[in-house]
Amino acid sequence: MSFLLLVQYTLIFASVLMLVALGGCFSEHSGVINLGLEGIMVMGALGGALAMKYLGKGTSAVVVILVVVLVSVLSGVIYSSLLAIASINFKADQTLVGTAMNMLSAALATVIVKSINMAENPDNVSATVEYGIGKKALLINIGSFQISYLTILAVILLVVSYILLYKTKFGLRLMACGEHPQAADSVGISVYKMCWAGVLISGFLGGLGGIAYITAGVSEWKFEMGVAGFGFLSLAVMIFGQWKPVNIALAALLFGFFRALSNVYSGFDFLAALHLPGSVYNMMPYIISLLVLAFTSANSRAPKAEGIPYDKGQR
Amino acid sequence: MAEEYAIEMRNITKRFPGIVANDNITLQLKKGEIHALLGENGAGKSTLMSVLFGLYQAEEGSIYKDGKEVHIKDPNDANDLGIGMVHQHFKLVQCFTVLDNIILGVETTKNGILQKDEAKKKIMELSDKYGLSVDPDAKIEDITVGMQQRTEILKMLYRENDILIFDEPTAVLTPGEIDELMEIMKGLAKEGKSILFISHKLNEIMAVADRCTVLRRGKYIGTVEIEKTTKEELSKMMVGRDVKFEVDKKPAEIGETILSVRDMTVASKLHKNNAVKNVSFDVHAGEVLCIAGIDGNGQTELVYGLTGLEPVVSGNINLMGRDITKASIRERSTSGMSHIPEDRQKHGLVLDYSLAYNLILQRYFGDEFSTKGGFLKQGSIKAYADRLIEKYDVRSGRGADTLVRSMSGGNQQKAIIARELDKNPQLLIAVQPTRGLDVGAIEYIHSQLIAQRDAGHAVLLVSLELEEVFSVSDRILVMYEGEIVGEFDPKTTTREELGLYMSGAKRKEVAA
Repeated sequence: MSFLLLVQYTLIFASVLMLVALGGCFSEHSGVINLGLEGIMVMGALGGALAMKYLGKGTSAVVVILVVVLVSVLSGVIYSSLLAIASINFKADQTLVGTAMNMLSAALATVIVKSINMAENPDNVSATVEYGIGKKALLINIGSFQISYLTILAVILLVVSYILLYKTKFGLRLMACGEHPQAADSVGISVYKMCWAGVLISGFLGGLGGIAYITAGVSEWKFEMGVAGFGFLSLAVMIFGQWKPVNIALAALLFGFFRALSNVYSGFDFLAALHLPGSVYNMMPYIISLLVLAFTSANSRAPKAEGIPYDKGQR
Repeated sequence: MAEEYAIEMRNITKRFPGIVANDNITLQLKKGEIHALLGENGAGKSTLMSVLFGLYQAEEGSIYKDGKEVHIKDPNDANDLGIGMVHQHFKLVQCFTVLDNIILGVETTKNGILQKDEAKKKIMELSDKYGLSVDPDAKIEDITVGMQQRTEILKMLYRENDILIFDEPTAVLTPGEIDELMEIMKGLAKEGKSILFISHKLNEIMAVADRCTVLRRGKYIGTVEIEKTTKEELSKMMVGRDVKFEVDKKPAEIGETILSVRDMTVASKLHKNNAVKNVSFDVHAGEVLCIAGIDGNGQTELVYGLTGLEPVVSGNINLMGRDITKASIRERSTSGMSHIPEDRQKHGLVLDYSLAYNLILQRYFGDEFSTKGGFLKQGSIKAYADRLIEKYDVRSGRGADTLVRSMSGGNQQKAIIARELDKNPQLLIAVQPTRGLDVGAIEYIHSQLIAQRDAGHAVLLVSLELEEVFSVSDRILVMYEGEIVGEFDPKTTTREELGLYMSGAKRKEVAA
């Protein structure tokens, strides 16, 4: 029983981490560092949560799934265009823009949710959205085992990402832009367009990751908390996965496992017998990511030109 | 009449703020010929090619392809007209395979999926036809510079370009690879491709070109048939005066040992292996010792170790009997070592300081330029700078107050030379001191190196240019993969022999 639960949570957290890390991977392969994934997740989560809140009871499951996914993805894409405009068109520092996006997103989501809540009930000043009913549509129950349609979608997107990156000319061109934009330019590839594409895809996957995250386990979300560093954890997954989709999926499973453990450790007798405080398990994914990054960063092979705004004039 | 020309650029004028980069230049490229474009740095060669390749738009003049006027607004237009270019700095994605680099931008797909097998077949056919051996599945980062260049050439052929521009293609190659490239270029011309060959190396132009157009300071000087001209005449057209190719020098009078290096090992910043491995050698007073080798074989790190820019892993460095292995950079500098660094803008100058401040960088702390309270003596600094500017003929817009960033590369180098030589060093370490400079400046720098030697000082020259190695040095050490693999006397060895050692094909033991 607790084993099944562990698998269930591992899958859901791994799919969140994988989706967002794949998003980061597309952005970085185009040459743009996306530190704003955390913020993109928040906006995707907000869009999806509100969609579920308003769709309510009567709507059929298929419609709920489609609308929720669509709204989350759109929110992510629109929010990520902030990064694209600032860092590609105006050549702003990508690290700063990403950080600003993260700070903005939590505040923006809180303000939006609070104003919605207060409009419904002036006494309700919380930044919490409830979406219990809508969320049910996302889940498939097989006996006592639960799996989310979003997890299945994540696996499909993993395959699509792999094909897109390695088997199509889009992927070849995208990676050329992240490695050597001058070379891409000299063979007639529009570097700016490719960077835009990379960033928007990261918005797409990041937004989806956001909704997948807040529907994992709980049925309401306090938007003051943002997404608890999952965007950054995903960056660690991306680096550990060496910017390659399959490795990212494996890294996400590892990180997802430790995150799941913190939810279900009390169900395992031998873990419960250790009498470790729950916060130790909660810290695990973050400690693991620190360790993993400390040991793998030196050998990691990031796209060469990432972080440097491409300037057509400089040759 | 125009139809015999594959490309004709008529009366091209291109202005940049303050200068006319191309002033009424005409260039006519015949079908199937190798046409050299010769000029010093800043003569306007690159600008002219950029106009042809669509990177710049000319203010005046017109371009004709096969007799028809064309407008080239960007590199894609150039590509559509069959104009391809091998850039001086290769435009290759390091972590891609040769194949991926060649097809990038012109990929064949079926249902959206890349079809690499067909592309590979076509590449192998081209590779056989023109003798361009490459391994299509190898990654660029793993192959030699020569093969990278062949990849660039295949990129043009794969796109079925028939006008090929080679921008200073030999700068990065070994002597053997240069000969190979010359053969490839001749083969391409024979197959009907028209080739523009940009260079300032006269020997290569004499060896491979059919005709040569010479530019000087943005102006068209003339076009000559190579068969009917000489190297001397070409250089006179290029520089505007007679140039001496041989450096005048007396026989060396070898004195005592100035620098003695024993078993020096220096780590590499790029990879885990050491860049310099157990190197031992001596430099004597009154000689120019030259370290020859292909770029990236540890020369840079060797100099870093000697000058203190990087710590050595092990070994000993002895300057005039004093162990300086662990000495600071300033200690080395004040005890008789001067350094003309490889990257003059990174290690030689503070670009946003004035010329005067740059000239006192290594001595501002002395009583001559600082008061006891720690203030700089502006008057003495100015006077000193003016003296050096005069003596070493450093030209700049506003004299001692000029920002170094705004000066030309040649004058930046002269400023470094003034600073380093005025210290009257016992040991001068010069790393590629003539890189990127034109014939006139090269002549000047070579004569300064010889003057140091004749004054009884030791000179250690690191150079990638074999011509320079042979004309300046009294003794040659060849470096290959961080080790010294041979010692030679420039009077008794040949370029070909050095080339074998530089590429690692041969080696012999060298006693320090």
